[in-house]
Amino acid sequence: MFRRKSFWGGAHPSEEKSWTEHKSIEDLPLPEKVIIPLQQHIGAAAEPIVQKGDEVKTGQPLGKTDKFVSVPCHASISGTVASIETRPHPLGIDLLSIVIENDEKETWIDNVTPSPNFMDLSVNEMKKRIQEAGIAGMGGAAFPTHVKLSPPPEKPIEIVFLNGVECEPFLTADHRLMLEKPSEILNGLRIIMKILNVHRAIIAIEKNKPDAIQRMKIETASEKGVSVLPLAVKYPQGAEKQLIKAATGREVPSGGLPMDVGCLVHNVGTALAIFEAVSSRKPLIERVVTVTGPGIRDPKNLRVRIGTPFRNLIDFCGGYTESAAKLVNGGPIMGISQVTDEVPVIKGTSGVLILDEETANLEAEHACISCARCVDVCPMKLIPNRMANLVEVQRVEEAYEIGLLDCIECGTCSYICPAKRNLAQYIKLGKALWDEKQREAG
Amino acid sequence: MRSNVKQDNCPESINGGSHSMERSFYISPSPHIKDVDSIPKIMYTVVGSLIPAGIGAVYFFGIQVLWIILLSISTAVITELLCQRILKRPIRITDGSAIITGLLLAYNLPAEVPLWLPAVGACFGIVVGKMAFGGLGYNPLNPALVGRAFLMASWPVHMTVFETVPRNGTLSGIDAITTATPLNVFEHTREILAHSSQYTTEQLTEATQAVSQLYDSHGDLFFGRIGGCLGETSAFLLLIGAVFLMYRRIIGWKIPLTYVGTVALLTWIFGGIDGLFTGDPLFHVLSGGLILGAFYMATDMVTSPVTFKGRLLFGTGCGILTVVIRLWGGYPEGVSYSILLMNLTVPLLDRYTKPKIFGGK
Repeated sequence: MFRRKSFWGGAHPSEEKSWTEHKSIEDLPLPEKVIIPLQQHIGAAAEPIVQKGDEVKTGQPLGKTDKFVSVPCHASISGTVASIETRPHPLGIDLLSIVIENDEKETWIDNVTPSPNFMDLSVNEMKKRIQEAGIAGMGGAAFPTHVKLSPPPEKPIEIVFLNGVECEPFLTADHRLMLEKPSEILNGLRIIMKILNVHRAIIAIEKNKPDAIQRMKIETASEKGVSVLPLAVKYPQGAEKQLIKAATGREVPSGGLPMDVGCLVHNVGTALAIFEAVSSRKPLIERVVTVTGPGIRDPKNLRVRIGTPFRNLIDFCGGYTESAAKLVNGGPIMGISQVTDEVPVIKGTSGVLILDEETANLEAEHACISCARCVDVCPMKLIPNRMANLVEVQRVEEAYEIGLLDCIECGTCSYICPAKRNLAQYIKLGKALWDEKQREAG
Repeated sequence: MRSNVKQDNCPESINGGSHSMERSFYISPSPHIKDVDSIPKIMYTVVGSLIPAGIGAVYFFGIQVLWIILLSISTAVITELLCQRILKRPIRITDGSAIITGLLLAYNLPAEVPLWLPAVGACFGIVVGKMAFGGLGYNPLNPALVGRAFLMASWPVHMTVFETVPRNGTLSGIDAITTATPLNVFEHTREILAHSSQYTTEQLTEATQAVSQLYDSHGDLFFGRIGGCLGETSAFLLLIGAVFLMYRRIIGWKIPLTYVGTVALLTWIFGGIDGLFTGDPLFHVLSGGLILGAFYMATDMVTSPVTFKGRLLFGTGCGILTVVIRLWGGYPEGVSYSILLMNLTVPLLDRYTKPKIFGGK
């Protein structure tokens, strides 16, 4: 009964939320152009269905596929398709993207209208609207939401989680959403619960957001089966396996998914997008992004159209400081460092982090001294140092045997390592090498 | 996989209107923030934690101890630097690990050794115990103990004869005996009592009295008013540093606790002169190099296991070996050889004590 609401391992990086946690979400003025990558999600890339020179309206689909594990993408402003070309993508690769020049008219597609009786829609209609809206998990991993909402019948879901943990330092987008859009989030949760025929839901929030806990508690006070669960402040509390473990004591089996233990986790931002998609057929064309860090003059939480170049966000936040030295898509622990601020905000961009020279200039790697801190913090109970050493000398099979594929790539091991070894990076490399070997073996 | 590649340093935009790629950013794999602890920080914290015992050693045994310590440290540092130069390894001498090797080796020497001895031992420990394997992180054995084992094998007389009487104390813990350390006396009396037929009644009475006097010397043992290697005698000063290291989370409780606990348990059972369960565990815990070994040498990160169970087994194994050597082996003391032997088992311990993976069967 008095089980500690936490999980094994984890670390306590400096939270750094105070840069933006008390700043209301502001709307970023519409950009002069947007760059919409055809792939912003896990799964098959969308195919372009517009051509250069086409006039498009806000919310109009630009690309889609027939594949189930994929989502369409939409124009986030109205204007002209300026080009369809490969562009730098925040995941560190160049991908085919559709560039739209703003016609400053902001003409929307016609059918985006709120319908008050959205809860009366059929489950299939709800799922169709979610798929058409192009929603992919907005916590960062960007897995297509309609796929997650279609578990096989032999895996019934008992508990739905809304993930408002936001354990990455610096990020406050979900925090602000819970404060400013609690009823929309709750409506999104109601839709999820109806789709899955689930009667129990837990909204998980780290204890460093007492105002959000309070707000969501008030919002859900009379909601049957929905509770708010404050969780210990520890990284990676928001990783879904660790979240489920902390809340229920259930362990997602190795190689399995949360549905294997009757759970499903959605980000609070995704719940908001689900509400908007189902209630008014609004496609996912905007999201909240925390622009923060010591390298930006005026950190803010911004509501931004998908496809807006980072540069626009940075200019709106007063520009870089003198010491700005690193640009990151996402949070400081799992985020991806960027070569240029020309990359666009995508569906999974929860933050734009600008670090200064002092933070960004990481020390060189040293040999492992077996201090075992990585072992002590690994939330998956792996032995990261040995795994990384094995990958380093290309002994990938042995790394596989000690749990290579169980790594959730949370980066806690790299964070804690006093030898400054990029342990998680070696392990990611090991996974890639393993995949390669499997493909070669057929 | 270099951690940092800064792009070509293009000049920053001078005409502020341009919005292209003038600004260059550091590129690295995530995470982009790191914990503040680093190898040098850890090493210098360990050095700091050993300072009280060093000051105590100078107080108890005199100023020559300081020269032994300084010589041992400087030889270790210079040897490591030369090795890194000659082997063309990255120069990492400032990480502080060689200082610890020199310091620990010195703490394991009698106070009156000739000054060339610490130099030879530190040099051997660094070259054979550490750099031959590739330097910090790759050494399977604790380099300080490798140096000590080498000195023990080569100059046993220098290493086992203790003559310097500590200030305000006695060499053996017993006023009448002025030629040996408490563990020497203990081994000798136990030998006598074990072969009682060969000795006179008077000798036997003396031996029994000596043992009970030893058992009364806990206070001297705890504070270090007894003979022994220069840095090992004061459990009190060593524990001050150890508590600090635990607070800083540089050493854990698993290895020291299981090590000391095993020694206490086994010496209580087997260490007595009146049969089983008559031993004095506190005497054995406080005498010799157990506290120094359990808190500062068995806990060496590089040469101890990384898993939870592995550390428990490692400490327990060190304890068993120490007691076996002390009670039934040829040496009065067995801490260093126990740790060295257990160092060799670390890869196996780590392999067979792998924790159950989250969600695993």
